[in-house]
Amino acid sequence: MKKTLRSLYIALIFLFLYAPILTLIVLSFNASKTRAKWGGFTLNWYRSMFRNEAILQALSTTLLIALLSALIATVIGTVACISMQAMKRRNRAIIMGITNIPMLNADIVTGISLMLLFITLGFRFGFMTILLSHITFNIPYVILSVMPRMKQLNPSIYEAALDLGASHIRAFFKVVFPDILPGVLSGFLMAFTMSLDDFIITHFTKGPGVDTLSTKIYTEVKKGIKPEMYSLSTLIFVTVLLLLFLVNKTPAEQKKKKLQMQQQGGKL
Amino acid sequence: MKSKRLTLLLAVMGMCILTACGSEQEGENGEVVVYNWGEYIDPDVLTSFEEETGIRVIYDEFETNEIMYPKVEAGASAYDVVCPSDYMIRKMIDNDLLSEIDYDHIPNAKEHIGSQYFEQSREFDPENAYSIPYCWGTVGILYNKTMVDEPVDSWDILWDEKYADNILMQDSVRDAFMVALKRDGASMNSLDEAQLQAAKDALIAQKPLVQAYVIDQVRDKMIGGEAALGVIYSGEAIYTQRENPDLEYVIPKEGTNVWIDSWVIPKNAPNRENAEKFIDYMCRPEIALKNFQYITYSTPNEGARELIEDEDIKNSPIAFPDLSQYENLETFSYLGEEGDALYSELWKEVKSE
Amino acid sequence: MNKKTLAFPYIFWAAAFIVIPLCMVLYYGVTDKTGAFTLENIVTMATAEHSKALLLSIELSLASTVICFLLAYPLAMMLTGMNVSTHSFIVLIFILPMWMNFLLRTLAWQTLLEKTGVINSILGFLHLPPLELINTPGAIILGMVYNFLPFMVLPLYNALAKIDKNVINAARDLGADSVQTFFRVTLPLSLPGIISGVTMVFIPALTTFVISTLLGGSKILLIGNVIEQEFTQTGNWHLGSGLSIVLMIFILVNMVAEAAFDKEGDGASL
Repeated sequence: MKKTLRSLYIALIFLFLYAPILTLIVLSFNASKTRAKWGGFTLNWYRSMFRNEAILQALSTTLLIALLSALIATVIGTVACISMQAMKRRNRAIIMGITNIPMLNADIVTGISLMLLFITLGFRFGFMTILLSHITFNIPYVILSVMPRMKQLNPSIYEAALDLGASHIRAFFKVVFPDILPGVLSGFLMAFTMSLDDFIITHFTKGPGVDTLSTKIYTEVKKGIKPEMYSLSTLIFVTVLLLLFLVNKTPAEQKKKKLQMQQQGGKL
Repeated sequence: MKSKRLTLLLAVMGMCILTACGSEQEGENGEVVVYNWGEYIDPDVLTSFEEETGIRVIYDEFETNEIMYPKVEAGASAYDVVCPSDYMIRKMIDNDLLSEIDYDHIPNAKEHIGSQYFEQSREFDPENAYSIPYCWGTVGILYNKTMVDEPVDSWDILWDEKYADNILMQDSVRDAFMVALKRDGASMNSLDEAQLQAAKDALIAQKPLVQAYVIDQVRDKMIGGEAALGVIYSGEAIYTQRENPDLEYVIPKEGTNVWIDSWVIPKNAPNRENAEKFIDYMCRPEIALKNFQYITYSTPNEGARELIEDEDIKNSPIAFPDLSQYENLETFSYLGEEGDALYSELWKEVKSE
Repeated sequence: MNKKTLAFPYIFWAAAFIVIPLCMVLYYGVTDKTGAFTLENIVTMATAEHSKALLLSIELSLASTVICFLLAYPLAMMLTGMNVSTHSFIVLIFILPMWMNFLLRTLAWQTLLEKTGVINSILGFLHLPPLELINTPGAIILGMVYNFLPFMVLPLYNALAKIDKNVINAARDLGADSVQTFFRVTLPLSLPGIISGVTMVFIPALTTFVISTLLGGSKILLIGNVIEQEFTQTGNWHLGSGLSIVLMIFILVNMVAEAAFDKEGDGASL
């Protein structure tokens, strides 16, 4: 009895989470433009979506920004972690405190603060300003995933490598880097995910002619819902599903880690 | 093992991005950054302009004049061509944001745009020095004949409780207050404390009846039969009627807003020459006609009107109304910084109610 | 090579893109158009239209936080009770919607709730009267719950998974019934997870402007909408910054509360 209730409850929540997505998927094949009627099966919305250059452009901008910002954030963040190991406790605490700000602050405040900065500096809004903003909110995720690995490291191994005649850089790449690699990779993936999903900060820092998927969808939805948006949702959903199976649940751990980090964030 | 999969994933992502980037081309003759209303141009016109001139068009859209202004003022997004309405053009002139038009570089403007529209523009651009008319029209009520049985001729119907949750209002300060002020017989440029308070109270009283405050969504919602009555720009009337024959457009008897949207070139425009080419291209009769057929907003381009083959549309009272038969028509004027602040303050009070 | 110099890029970055921008918000918040010092932009939160928006935001985000909690707690308990081979799959299932774009998820609800949307079409098909669903506070709460529910489930799940089964068994051995065990043992031990879950739902819900725009038909003004409009429409950055400062105070209070509570537990995350 208890078990049935339990399964029922899980099924209900499951329904709540997936019913809307399922509706979008069904509607993406609906030939009738109105949602109220089923007008037969069609792939037209997919065709017109793939012909819609604005959407494709937004898609490539989104991926490019996510990839670049995650890469740069990973490099800056990892390097920062290495040097923070050598710092005094107090200085490290201050830096970690600042690192937590973008994660805990409301997105809208982060967005407007960056907008004010760029306007004051006379930057022209566009690809670069979005990229800079995304790197900024990505670095903390990298630092927080590399830092724990760094702490587990035994410093004597690095020193031993130096004693045996390795240069600093060689010692780092041969000894330290392999150990922190999992942290670096998960930091990168998390940064990539966060960048993909961001709307609010991009909304405040984007310029003319540059759109990420999020900002594109926002303007389209405000103009009225087009069926192409349904096919876009379906494709994104299917892609995510496939990617998840491809990387064998690793990202599930990432998202969980991200949540954990946000929890830690408040404490550090 | 895991990292191998990751490498694979990264490789796939990299490929996607490279192929996507390959499709993006720089125009051989530079670019022009256009800031226009949503759904306010035929996309084919942009493509044909790019093909003919080799100038790449970077196109950005805004929903209201109020959203457009801070972006241009901040200067962080440098636009070459913008299409604001009357009162906003005045505000931009007053705040020294616009550069003067060189008509020698835009020969099509004087040749094809009707002189009466330039005359009308003098109200906000006294010397015709800064703006070239692109579209014009009125604001009225679009209603669904199957959902409204009585004759619609007054703004009052938007306060009729029968239509609760069936009314769409414009989500922009000046347009919303225009409706309330005109209904009371006041000027829509009023700065009179008592009139404005009364208008605010009316809007608050109307709020429970309103289904949503929307802008571009009005047309889709009206076509889809989601609401019975909507405040809408005249240009949408022909398009919406074509999609849903049950819809009818009226100009209420209390009078309304006659507006002009015009091309302007901001002071900080990085590609002035291309901006002039773009405006000139838009003023060509066959291009103006294409735009008219796509967006169905009244064009001030006499040449384009001549080219319209369908006599019904050429003489359509909706597309080209004879304004002399309406009373109390007005154009928005810029109310100064304090006036603006007052209106937005009152609008916030309405919205937060 | 000094290791410390390696931190310079990040220190520079953090100063330029985290600290200075926040200082600018503070600066704009306490000055007026002429640059003179004023507290008016902050005090204006007390005026009717702003305080109404703020109170409504608090009300709606509290409601959605509570609903999220009530939905997520039993779910998290069930997930922890499952055997290991299925639970990672189930957890994955609950995270999956989070990878869909946030705006598309909200769009999905718009499609369902609209006047001629899917739900009302189904009702009409069954000859039932249509419901007024969209553009109501309820629709906004629904949107918040839907978007932020996973942020509640996961911390709770992590906290509950960490509780030592022996502690619960000990309580039972000492004569506590299941209700007592829950309130005396399970609930207190999961407190850190509850606090992180609450923070992670409450803050984004409090400051959202997207959900209220898309599901509220612009009829419902939240504090996020007010701030967004000050920046994108009215162009009064000083007022917008002042209101943001007030929001930041809220977030700060929340963080301090979290830090204070956390001393008792070891943190759900560790």
